Amino acid sequence: MGINIVDRRSNPKGKSSENRQRLLKRIHGQIKGAIPEIIKNTNIKDINSTKDKINVPVKGIDEPQFTYDKDSGDKKYIHPGNKEYSKGDRIKKEKKSGKGKGSGAGGASDDLTVTEDGFTISIDRNEFLDYFFDDLQLPDMIKKHLSTTNDFKQKKAGYVSYGNPSRLNVVKSYKNSMSRRLSFSIFFDKKIKDLEDKLLLEKDDDKIKLIEDEIERLKKMKKSISFMEEIDLSYNNYEIFPVPILSAVMICIMDVSGSMTESLKDIGKRFFMLLYLFLTKQYQKIDIVFIRHHTAAREVSEDEFFNSRESGGTIVSPALELADKIISTRYSSEYNIYLTQISDGDVWDNSDAIESRKHLEKLLSKIQYAWYVEVTYDKSRSSGLMQSYKKIEKDNFKYGIISNLSEIWPVFEDFFSKKNKTNEKVRY
Amino acid sequence: MKKSDIKKAFDNKNWTSDTIVLADKIVSKISSQYLGLDVYPNQFEIVTSEQMLDSYSLIGLPLSYDHWKFGKDFVINQNQYKKGKMGLAYELVINSNPCISYNMEDNTTCLMVLVLAHAAYGHNHFFKNNYLFKQWTDAESIIDYMVFARGYIKKCEDKYGIEDVERVLDACHSLMNYGVDKYRKPSNISIVQEKERLNKKIFDDRILLNDIWRTIPKEEIKSKIKNYPDQPEENILYFIEKNSPKLKEWQREIIRIVRKISQYFYPQSQTKVTNEGCATFTHYEIVNKMFEDGYLSDGFMLEFFHHHSNVIYQPSYDMSFYSGLNPYTLGFNIFSDIKRLVTNPTKEDKKWFPDISGSENWQEIFRYIVENFKDETFILQYLSPRVIRDMKLFVVDDNKDNDFYEVSNIHNDEGYKKIREDLSSYFNRSRYVPDIQVLNVDVQGDRKLTLKYTPINGKVLDNKITKKIIPHIEYLWGFPVEII
Repeated sequence: MGINIVDRRSNPKGKSSENRQRLLKRIHGQIKGAIPEIIKNTNIKDINSTKDKINVPVKGIDEPQFTYDKDSGDKKYIHPGNKEYSKGDRIKKEKKSGKGKGSGAGGASDDLTVTEDGFTISIDRNEFLDYFFDDLQLPDMIKKHLSTTNDFKQKKAGYVSYGNPSRLNVVKSYKNSMSRRLSFSIFFDKKIKDLEDKLLLEKDDDKIKLIEDEIERLKKMKKSISFMEEIDLSYNNYEIFPVPILSAVMICIMDVSGSMTESLKDIGKRFFMLLYLFLTKQYQKIDIVFIRHHTAAREVSEDEFFNSRESGGTIVSPALELADKIISTRYSSEYNIYLTQISDGDVWDNSDAIESRKHLEKLLSKIQYAWYVEVTYDKSRSSGLMQSYKKIEKDNFKYGIISNLSEIWPVFEDFFSKKNKTNEKVRY
Repeated sequence: MKKSDIKKAFDNKNWTSDTIVLADKIVSKISSQYLGLDVYPNQFEIVTSEQMLDSYSLIGLPLSYDHWKFGKDFVINQNQYKKGKMGLAYELVINSNPCISYNMEDNTTCLMVLVLAHAAYGHNHFFKNNYLFKQWTDAESIIDYMVFARGYIKKCEDKYGIEDVERVLDACHSLMNYGVDKYRKPSNISIVQEKERLNKKIFDDRILLNDIWRTIPKEEIKSKIKNYPDQPEENILYFIEKNSPKLKEWQREIIRIVRKISQYFYPQSQTKVTNEGCATFTHYEIVNKMFEDGYLSDGFMLEFFHHHSNVIYQPSYDMSFYSGLNPYTLGFNIFSDIKRLVTNPTKEDKKWFPDISGSENWQEIFRYIVENFKDETFILQYLSPRVIRDMKLFVVDDNKDNDFYEVSNIHNDEGYKKIREDLSSYFNRSRYVPDIQVLNVDVQGDRKLTLKYTPINGKVLDNKITKKIIPHIEYLWGFPVEII
């Protein structure tokens, strides 16, 4: 009875991908609910990072089975390895210390870990982006565009001495070979010539023989200089570089007066993230400048921008002035500049609104695009700032009033379609 | 082939299918001639480690119906494998005919031979000969059945939607331990008949009611019905499948499928120690015999002993990574000791095992035990004082009213018998599956299903978990469910 050997290794990826999909679907709702919290804790630039996995706590995937209450009833345990106990020995019970078998706060690299409260599942960048986009209700093409990774181009970068045979540079290799052969020949020729000169002067027969032998030897060596050696080979070298090579800077201005609630700030953050993602398709390097203002304007770090609490009224124009100053000192014309202002629109007085508009108009001539996003729950009143901005008549400016996430995209839309027309590098 | 060439072949850490064929020739010869084993034909599958994990979470069946449960198990297994917690089984084997075992592509030759001896011969023989397996599982047809079950469930999903099917499966899974017959013989419907059943049932959206649900108009008939069921039913899933007033036919079929699978796995939970002991003992004897006969080198044996001692490693209770008794260790120790006391008994052995001490044919006794015992009875009969001493077993009582644990028995003369009994009852199914049976259905009233829990050793059910399960049962039953 022989054994039947079956090789299954060439089968494509396992059956479990279907099951994993089902698992994900089941906890879909939970992951979705956890997204705002995750966004709050993620830096804007990190949204594009491919390495990190994001951990989401998950409930509702336990499979209950009837079991005994652990604390009830009398139990017996049988253990191995008794060293010191005799019959009748008593061991004090420990107080509940929460030691559990198989539970542990798994590291961030684990897929699904069991903790005291349940499971956390880690999702990768693409899955996370899916959830992110879902809320924003972006058109599918845009989603696809944003979630693909950067394009790379190759350009010639000299020569190397090893490589793929298809990259062999024949001409260069031949040149190398020629120079080698030439230099060796010259070397031998010189030696032979010296010996021949010596020969003419030599009278002693034995010595003549020696010299003649030597000349023979050298001539043979000269003949055996190989035509092509490995050291001659030269291969073309290419370097990859991301397309394109321009840099961009995002200027984020946010009103952090008392009237901006957490959820309004969340909307703001999503907008910034979306813009950032979009820009990563276009630019290799993106700087982000954070300016926060209430009555005064200040450049801050991202953490402070989103998190620290301040209060006070709202004056907008200092923020725009500051932005202008930063642009002229730090970002020359090599940079493409994008400016976003987020506010609830409630300015201190009207003169501020007029000032702000003037500043913004001036800026618009220097920058690629600017947005004003007014986040508010009450859409009926038009804020002072909004009324002022409405008068701006530049085509690289867009404003919008947003009260929830799905309204972000329409504000963005024009910009995307504009870019699509003018910039053929944007692939959908 | 010369023995020296064979040795060389096995010394090569990289194996080919020729190596496997060669190994199988020798192993099968020793297994049948030296040990007298009787096995199903073998199908040896070569897989990547990811495919191995796949199989693991499908609980060893080469295919199953799709469910998020398996996704979760896959992920957890992968997680534990990454953490190094599970020795990613170089051994995974299916109770089927042909018997399927899995060998990972990056196993060394020694491991491959180990998998062969352990799984393809040790476990194989156990599946084919142990009485519980013979009684409750049908190795011939399980794979075929799974194919149909999977197909049927897929069709249901297409017709009724994944969520609805998942709902039913979730509910069934929570009752999986209560879907087995322990005493009633299963009916002998052939696989062909099962196939026909499944083919017909798919589009059956009707609710075919059991007779008990007919409205009874007359008084005298009312009094005839005393209690339904007239005797408590332990197979809750079976009861629901047959009697639920609201389930559609396709839903009943799904319950039936889950039941069948649960029944298939029932013997495995009752024979963990015996089965693993059998396979470990088998691989130990076979490989040692191969060495004795000159087929293996010292180097090979070194690697073998390394793996073998990993398998049977038993940390003692006070080590930080102790996680209970290792069934491989226990099973292997018992069988090894049987061999010893049969061939070379001491006075103590003769006292404890008068029938088998010194009878010399240990292989026959080994086979007899494999055939006729499950964990509970295996330990009760054959755990020897010698093994208890070697493992330094001791029993600790945990009385909930006391604030201390009490050591009730250790490995001395007065303790052996008690330890044996205690360890044996440790493997009684009721220790981890609470005794819950169907007591009554209020046929004429609110159709309430009453389940009765019979406590053991003063234990009560975990309330939190029970609360989670009741909604599942209510979903299947369609009416209130209570547990008393």
